[in-house]
Amino acid sequence: MQDVNWIALTIFVLLFGFITWLGFAAANWRKGDLDLLHEWGLGGRRFGTIVTWFLVGGDLYTAYTFIAVPALAFGAGAVAFFAVPYTIVIYPILFLAFPRLWYVCHKHGYITAGDFVRGRFGNRWLALAIAVTGIVATMPYIALQLVGIQVVVGALGISGTGFAADLPLIIAFVVLAAFTYSSGLRAPASIAIVKDILIYVTAFAAVIVIPIELGGLGKIFAAVPAPKLLLAVPGPNTTGAYGAYATLALGSALALFLYPHSLTGILSASSGHAIRRNAAMLPGYSFMLGLLALVGFFAIAAGVANAPEYAAGFKQFGNNFAVPALFLHSFPSWFVGIAFAAIGIGALVPAAIMSIAAANLYTRNIHREFINKNPTDKQEAQMAKWVSLIVKLGALIFIIFVPTQYAIYLQLLGGIWIIQTLPAVMLGAYTRWFNDWALLVGWAAGIIVGTAMAAAVNLTPTYPLALGGFTFPGYTALYTVILNLVVASILTPVFNAMSARRTLSDETVASDYYA
Amino acid sequence: MRGTRRKRSGWSWWYLLFVIQFVIVLWPPLYNKAEPYWIGIPFFYWYQLLCVIIGAVLTAIVYFATED
Repeated sequence: MQDVNWIALTIFVLLFGFITWLGFAAANWRKGDLDLLHEWGLGGRRFGTIVTWFLVGGDLYTAYTFIAVPALAFGAGAVAFFAVPYTIVIYPILFLAFPRLWYVCHKHGYITAGDFVRGRFGNRWLALAIAVTGIVATMPYIALQLVGIQVVVGALGISGTGFAADLPLIIAFVVLAAFTYSSGLRAPASIAIVKDILIYVTAFAAVIVIPIELGGLGKIFAAVPAPKLLLAVPGPNTTGAYGAYATLALGSALALFLYPHSLTGILSASSGHAIRRNAAMLPGYSFMLGLLALVGFFAIAAGVANAPEYAAGFKQFGNNFAVPALFLHSFPSWFVGIAFAAIGIGALVPAAIMSIAAANLYTRNIHREFINKNPTDKQEAQMAKWVSLIVKLGALIFIIFVPTQYAIYLQLLGGIWIIQTLPAVMLGAYTRWFNDWALLVGWAAGIIVGTAMAAAVNLTPTYPLALGGFTFPGYTALYTVILNLVVASILTPVFNAMSARRTLSDETVASDYYA
Repeated sequence: MRGTRRKRSGWSWWYLLFVIQFVIVLWPPLYNKAEPYWIGIPFFYWYQLLCVIIGAVLTAIVYFATED
């Protein structure tokens, strides 16, 4: 590994110190009683349009995204750009389904998707399935955020063996855990504002400065090998790369807002209007993500992969080192410090929100439902604070002791699992038509078949579905949620007929879903 | 909001505008080509970045059209 970059490191540490202070100070921002779960875990539902924009943006466009999407462009080429259609189609979904969910959750004091499903369908086992899916899908996601920190710390030239090697990560974790514990969702909300300003500055500097250094965009794209520049045109009898590209975008989009951290960000908004407005404003981030994907090509053109000074980094972190190496190659040290701080802080924001979201799920839909049915408000909030620590500790242990590749595999499976909550949560916001047990069986079918399909293709995202001589390679999550819907739709009339006498249990009414 | 209790109905024809942004980005044969280049960027890339802006504008139109 290269020598320690002292200027960059100093700026990195200063910025980290600043957001640490900010994270603790946030406890007093829009002050509320942090012994109440909706104050600690949803910021009191008081964030207006602008704060929600920063919070949801900081939540969805994670450090890992900013490392991994360009890394995929660097390694695999055009297919990485699926992130752009993906972030385009999420916003109509956000606009249509989630204000409804916001209104009903606000009305009934729901904090999690599990709370909503419990109220809507009156089935605590279905709510348990939703909660467990959310927690399990979130854990590897938190672990991947820590990978983002690892990569930039490594790129700053800090290395060591044994405990010393993991020390920076452990420090970052302690900071993260402490301010999340004390300030709840207010901490990532306030830090998100700093993080996003840093990320925007970095992204625009990267797309302006680096092409100038490299002699123009035309020269950069000329350096990209032809097979990486465009999607492969499909052969006969298959939808080939086109099908994979479109289904990855659509499936990822459908899954995104089902993740607990997305929902936590949305429910913390102060009104349904704030969410609608954000659906039109959040594409600002999509545009930046698209620009950052191009940075992967800049890294190809700059030839960082063959530079001896970065060989150790690539060996340790693989293609994820492409962006840090390019920044080291192209920027003065002081700006490298800012850029790396943007990525490092960009990891803390979603990691904090994810751990809060997982803690809310455990507290509300597992502990309160099955263990202690009548906690005081204070006990409930305290439980969530402890669980947020445990969740993060789990992620830290995972990253230190288990190969990173496993976290990536688990995150892939997490996407397939979380999308199985779509019928109950997203469609549940529109209709009570489905039978709760049918939803549960559909969920189980989706999880089992999805996991098997992913295993059959060695844990890659796309499965070559063969139908009557045609092959449709596509995102497993999308295929299996369709299966889930079919199963739930077929079983709904069957189960309803079997229990004809039972009245429909639903504590929500139609007017709860509007302003 | 603003004290009005007018109920928002479930459906608006304006929502059909969303279909446009689904179609223009989820049909790769439409844009999987390098020509024409724009400031050195192949069509595949600048088209999709342009779609981000189109999507944002369409969403904003739907927002203003369906807001009371």
